[in-house]
Amino acid sequence: MKTAWDKVLIARSILRPTSKFFIEQIFDGFIELKGDRNFADDSAIIGGIAWLGEMAVTVIGEEKGVDVPEKVARNFGCPHPEGYRKALRLMEQAEKFNRPIVCFVDTQGAYCGIGAEERGQGHAIAANLQRMMTLKVPVISIVIGEGGSGGALALAVADKVTMLENAIYSILSPEGFSSILWKDSSRAKEAAEVMKITANDLMELGIIDDIIKEPAGGAQNGPELVAERIKSYIQKNFAELMKEDLSLLLDNRYNKFRRIK
Amino acid sequence: MSEMFQDRAKKVSRAKTVDSAVISKSDKPIPDNMWEKCPSCTHIIYTDDLSDNLSVCPTCGYHFRLSAMDRMKITLDLDTFSEMNADVVGSDPLNFPGYKDKIEKLREKTKLKDAIVTGIGDITGIKAAFGFMDSNFLMGSMGAAVGEKLSLAFEYATENRLPVVIFTVSGGARMQEGIVSLMQMAKVSGAVARHCDAGLLYITVLTDPTTGGVTASFAMQGDIIISEPGALIGFAGKRVIEQTIKQSLPDGFQTAEFLMQKGFIDAIIERKNMRKTLHGILHLHQGRKHL
Repeated sequence: MKTAWDKVLIARSILRPTSKFFIEQIFDGFIELKGDRNFADDSAIIGGIAWLGEMAVTVIGEEKGVDVPEKVARNFGCPHPEGYRKALRLMEQAEKFNRPIVCFVDTQGAYCGIGAEERGQGHAIAANLQRMMTLKVPVISIVIGEGGSGGALALAVADKVTMLENAIYSILSPEGFSSILWKDSSRAKEAAEVMKITANDLMELGIIDDIIKEPAGGAQNGPELVAERIKSYIQKNFAELMKEDLSLLLDNRYNKFRRIK
Repeated sequence: MSEMFQDRAKKVSRAKTVDSAVISKSDKPIPDNMWEKCPSCTHIIYTDDLSDNLSVCPTCGYHFRLSAMDRMKITLDLDTFSEMNADVVGSDPLNFPGYKDKIEKLREKTKLKDAIVTGIGDITGIKAAFGFMDSNFLMGSMGAAVGEKLSLAFEYATENRLPVVIFTVSGGARMQEGIVSLMQMAKVSGAVARHCDAGLLYITVLTDPTTGGVTASFAMQGDIIISEPGALIGFAGKRVIEQTIKQSLPDGFQTAEFLMQKGFIDAIIERKNMRKTLHGILHLHQGRKHL
């Protein structure tokens, strides 16, 4: 039986497959589309269009990078406002062309820096939360590694919010949480146990819809298998969500979050 | 080099003098609540003078924080406020050690159920739904109670075609309620979206401080975003940013003035002009009636 902290370590493992891997495995003919049309392209978020079997979809994912140079280039998967604005641009484009949207969540959190504040990190996340709630196409968000705070939620206002078995999703990192509440960041392990950040805990709390199983020890021990499971999950759920009447789809999305108290 | 050290030594000794002056002042047996010290210019202000001046320092213009009820009183027409959903409370989803006790004590101390008061009231005869956050209650943090009251206020306003005005003051999402607090950001955003799509007006007034998950949700979703002068407004806390980038932050970073310069705030309005400004905006949005 894994502790919450064990899962934190698995979720953060440098061996864990990232968004780019899953995008390559699950979709055909991915065409990356860059830039927020306002300031820059943020490589902490990858976005584009692709085929999911016979269906054209928009895909967006937070990307930590694989080796050190790539991690640095992608800011370790911590997006700036322009990343969230690119994501929103691509989601609105998906709505225009009636394409369903898949989001992969994997970030410690939105970046905390001078430029991020100057360019409105709070505003960028707020805009995504508001707009995603009314997108007229189905959205599925899958937390594949770390779902850190508002930086994760900004890609996770969706019809289905699903986690990989060893992923975590939390209000803040365990380190930040223990630092704020206990004035001691070294109690992160203890914080992880009380925060309810694992897929099982969040399923019990009614925060997420489903859990996708991983091989023993974690997704790195069978990344292709995990990709296959994600693919069939997305296909099955899009097939159901596409059948739904639009106003029912939007009501369900609204109520999914509305009832959380 | 030696000059630099001398300069540094001077600064340190000056800082010490200031510190000891401050300590000796606060050590004097000043009767409770008669005097208030301005945190900005350190002038001592007679409490009655301060409240006559809407809790703004007469010397430097520093805007003191206001409780939700004081804010309501100086904003709305006399006796027009009717509170809604006063009994809505949150829960303790993490069974977080000490949280329930802390909440109970705060309820006793503040006479508030949680960190926001919502309701309906008038500004110079124009009716709107209002939310007044209160920093005395766990730094105005948003847990399920704040999220629920805001959502109910927006839903009521949408149904009754009313504008919404929210005064924010918050440290962000409430840590003690964990992921449930994070989800309130999405929940309230949904209620804002429906109000917005119904063509209705939403004004946010950001007051000191407005940060974290509140900035990253309803505070930044207003059609019109106003702030009080000097308010601290940001997403990440200063300490977190300094730890991340390993350098100290420039003066004036994350102030209302900084945010306005960067394009995220429509106007900075002094407290004495807030009622008039809000009325002006609300009135203009009723403009079609006069055609």
